[in-house]
Amino acid sequence: MSSFPLLTVAAALPAVGAVLTAALPAATSAKRRDVNKVLPLGVSVLTLVLAAIVAIRFKPGGARYQMTEYHSWISDFGIGYSLGVDGIAVVLILLTAVLVPVVMLASWHDADPVANDAGTFERNRRTQGFFALILAVEAMVVLSFEATDVFLFYVFFEAMLIPMYFLIGGFGDRTVGEDARQRSYAAVKFLLYNLLGGLIMLAAVIGLYVITAKQGIGTDGHGTFDLGTITQALASGKLHFSPVAEKALFLGFMFAFAVKAPLWPLHTWLPNAMGEATPGVAVLITAVVDKVGTYAMLRFCLQLFPDASKTFGPAILVLSLIGIIYGALLAVGQKDIKRLIAYASISHFGFIIMGIFAMTSQGQAGATLYMVNHGISTAALLLVAGFLMSRRGSRLIADYGGVQKVAPVLAGTFMIGGLATLSLPGLAPFVSEFLVLVGTFTRYPAIGIIATIGIVLAALYVLVLYQRTMTGPVKPEVAGFRDLHARELVVVTPLIALLLFLGVYPRPIADIVNPAVRDTMSDVHRTDPAPAHPITAAQVAAANSQGGGQ
Amino acid sequence: MSAPIAVHSLWTVAASSTTQTIPTPHIEYAQLSPMLVVFGAAALGILAEAFLPRRNRYWAQVGIAMAGLIGAFVAIVVLAAKGYAGANAHLAAMGAVAVDGPSLFLQGTIALVAIVAVLGFAERHLEPRSSTGAPVDAFAPQAATVPGSDAEKSAARSGFATTEVFPLTMFAVGGMLLFPAASDLLTMFVALEVFSLPLYLLCALARRRRLLSQEAAVKYFLLGAFSSAFFLFGLALIYGYAGTVSLGGIADVVSGTATPTPALANTTANDALLLIGLAMLGVGLLFKVGAVPFHAWTPDVYQGAPTPVTGFMAAATKVAAFGALLRLLYAAFPGVTWDWRPVLWGVAILTMVVGAIIAVTQTDVKRLLAYSSIAHAGFILTGVIAMNKAGVSAVLFYLGAYSFVTLGAFAVVTLVRDAGGEATHLSRWAGLGRRSPLVAATFALFLLAFAGIPLTSGFAGKFAVFQAAASSGATPLVIVGVLSSAVAAFFYIRVIVLMFFSDPRPDGPTVAVPSAFTATAIALGVLVTLGLGILPQYFLHLADQASVFVR
Repeated sequence: MSSFPLLTVAAALPAVGAVLTAALPAATSAKRRDVNKVLPLGVSVLTLVLAAIVAIRFKPGGARYQMTEYHSWISDFGIGYSLGVDGIAVVLILLTAVLVPVVMLASWHDADPVANDAGTFERNRRTQGFFALILAVEAMVVLSFEATDVFLFYVFFEAMLIPMYFLIGGFGDRTVGEDARQRSYAAVKFLLYNLLGGLIMLAAVIGLYVITAKQGIGTDGHGTFDLGTITQALASGKLHFSPVAEKALFLGFMFAFAVKAPLWPLHTWLPNAMGEATPGVAVLITAVVDKVGTYAMLRFCLQLFPDASKTFGPAILVLSLIGIIYGALLAVGQKDIKRLIAYASISHFGFIIMGIFAMTSQGQAGATLYMVNHGISTAALLLVAGFLMSRRGSRLIADYGGVQKVAPVLAGTFMIGGLATLSLPGLAPFVSEFLVLVGTFTRYPAIGIIATIGIVLAALYVLVLYQRTMTGPVKPEVAGFRDLHARELVVVTPLIALLLFLGVYPRPIADIVNPAVRDTMSDVHRTDPAPAHPITAAQVAAANSQGGGQ
Repeated sequence: MSAPIAVHSLWTVAASSTTQTIPTPHIEYAQLSPMLVVFGAAALGILAEAFLPRRNRYWAQVGIAMAGLIGAFVAIVVLAAKGYAGANAHLAAMGAVAVDGPSLFLQGTIALVAIVAVLGFAERHLEPRSSTGAPVDAFAPQAATVPGSDAEKSAARSGFATTEVFPLTMFAVGGMLLFPAASDLLTMFVALEVFSLPLYLLCALARRRRLLSQEAAVKYFLLGAFSSAFFLFGLALIYGYAGTVSLGGIADVVSGTATPTPALANTTANDALLLIGLAMLGVGLLFKVGAVPFHAWTPDVYQGAPTPVTGFMAAATKVAAFGALLRLLYAAFPGVTWDWRPVLWGVAILTMVVGAIIAVTQTDVKRLLAYSSIAHAGFILTGVIAMNKAGVSAVLFYLGAYSFVTLGAFAVVTLVRDAGGEATHLSRWAGLGRRSPLVAATFALFLLAFAGIPLTSGFAGKFAVFQAAASSGATPLVIVGVLSSAVAAFFYIRVIVLMFFSDPRPDGPTVAVPSAFTATAIALGVLVTLGLGILPQYFLHLADQASVFVR
């Protein structure tokens, strides 16, 4: 164990990159603007390298939290700057680090100045502002995955709203030409929902602190926010929540995470935000930022409040089940491509949350894999959809038709993204969806069975979307479409490669995740229900590759 | 006076002085030096006003004021370094002035706030120059002229300036330094008047919209006088109850450990006097902090007063008044906590909710900040109610953090101008972020700090007061506080939306380029906001160490 602060550096690099990008001299020409974009892209690639080093240095089966760092921060409140990663955090950091450069490349021209911009700032600084904000989001997301101090996590959980808010509101989908009012409405809705969630969580965070202080868990009379200390005290019985307090605190935390994730019925900000944001920012919302919510359920709700998690588990399962079906049904009915993908995501978040609260190891391993796979598949689908929309300047499904005849590669990649979204065997999301369903079924058979309706509906909305946009007679406006060009191919290729690779061989990720899931399960004092025939990700993969070969 | 002064306090002497002699007052000048320096500077400022030629006054006044304030701050630091904030804390000037942690902490805060505020008062680059080419500030050229009269026009033409604002400010600051340190009710009342009267005058001195400014001053004066009367009446009743005006003496009578004065044997320990008196003292102080239902003056006065004065008032008055409220409740009336606490619960809830909700409908940025200050008074009250050491230190921290955000925010308001002076209507701010991204981003930072977003000082403060309240069992208050924070966040964010996501109007206001004075004030605001947000530990620790009252 060297003492090199790898985790800090992995988060500080994009943060510093964001400041540097914002401070670059203003671009006065298109060429200078491209130069200003190369720096943030380079930083994000370097961050990916660092994230890969973190993943390689991480020893599955070793200590639960690795590469830990600790510095006292606000000792009067028992707050420390303490970082550490377990398997779940490692794969999510890796996902974030992979997606950010991809999103940047996909959004290369999204923030370019448009003719009606007022003022020189608009013309010259806007673009680098966009990329700086993306890096800021990345830094905060990575830090919230790394934080093992509840307060530290909370700070970044909340603070990431600000750059995200500016990304949504300031850089909406200009290709569509809708008025800015919709966009700022979406941005405000995003912020208010999440801020309300965060403030309610703040009350719970304070409650947690007061209880630890009263029971003397922290040093010299102060409370503590250190996750490790609290879980140890809980396990040893030194810290005891009264049932009412535990339930109240659990609900406070869960509310914030359920808004962020989002869980039905707190989801209504997502379609607005994703509909109005640029495709790249929409990917950032659904594939990166929202994952912090589901991650936090697994990390904080289950670990800090095991009993309350068990009490409320069934209720949350029902909500997630409603989310799965409701999201899918609404996706079927959408006329707008991005809103369709948004509702599909709500359905998928239902699966993730279901996997977490099914309290089985398959379910939770599946949920973690689902977070990764959903990130990749949604990114692929949304970004290709973004390329499609940039060609026509419309988000409406009805404006397209017959694209596969003029742009076959675009249609093909769109198809793969779509098939991944509907969890076709052979592609990565299948593994995770299957694990989640199996994990849920072993404990709650009825819920597991009803949830499969979500899969059927997914096939419906994806295939109908494909059919309406890509097949049929070529519409006159579509006739002149260019196929994917080099930059767009560079964006899509790694995503599709990952979908295929993790579809047949999820083992590298499953191996990192599984020990962490076991630890979490033991925190909640849950074992898999007997008679368990544990199906490991490896077995699924084996079954999967056979299926793919047929 | 560097020799360590023996712990000597005259309230003990007073207790033993049943003999009919009046002892010579023993005044510890060194321990009172922060106030003495400021009052000295104020007196010097008046002399300068009287004897210096008009053209020299501005720089002389700025110099005297800054020297006085910096001197006071140095004196405070020296006193704190000598341990008066901790082990050596004691009552000076015959028990009238407490030199203890909360006093020194709040006095230090007020001195720093005043330094930044005076920087804002000294700003002369924003208004267009007078016809003689003299730079002018934000204050009326000649306060005595009738608005709109020929006399006013000729005063404006000749480039007169009301440099009296500097001595007035110094008197106000002196009173504010004394207010939270006052250890008997009479001193407290005198301090209240000393800092209020100059503020009434300062409110009336706006260069633009003079009628609005004078109206604000009259409202402030009338309501302020009313609340002073309440305070004075309460003082009288408490004297009737306790037979003493010293806070420590009152606390002894409340707890039943003191022997009553024979002359007041019939009224001493009459609970009706105690409760009514305490309620009236409370009304007087809650008026000054702008708590609901005593808040009605706040929006009008904040809007009408010259913006630098508003910033000073919003920041420093709140610090001083909350300091006095803390001392009153913690040093004199801890024995009747169970009586006043439910009332303050109600006041705090009302203040948070009413402030946050009414702010949503505001269309003028100064009124918006006024209602926001009301909501913040509610947040601070939750810390006051905690009635524990954590509560004191949380309130101290919050006051320090809040006052710099407020100063910075009002300083930014002075910059956004059009032909009619400051453009305070919110619709005029549309698209500011596109024209002047730096100014808009700075204002956005202050708004985020008001909203309590993490990594700003506002969040650290809010966390501190809420955790103090929660640990004292006031969980419902914390929940109301959190929910009204969410409402408050809505209107702060609305302004950010307006600045960044609305299209600028073609006739929109311009951002004036300030002199180094305002620029420094804003930069200090930004620094403190981020500094206390990211690394609050040192300041929290300081507040924690300074949270024991002497009585």
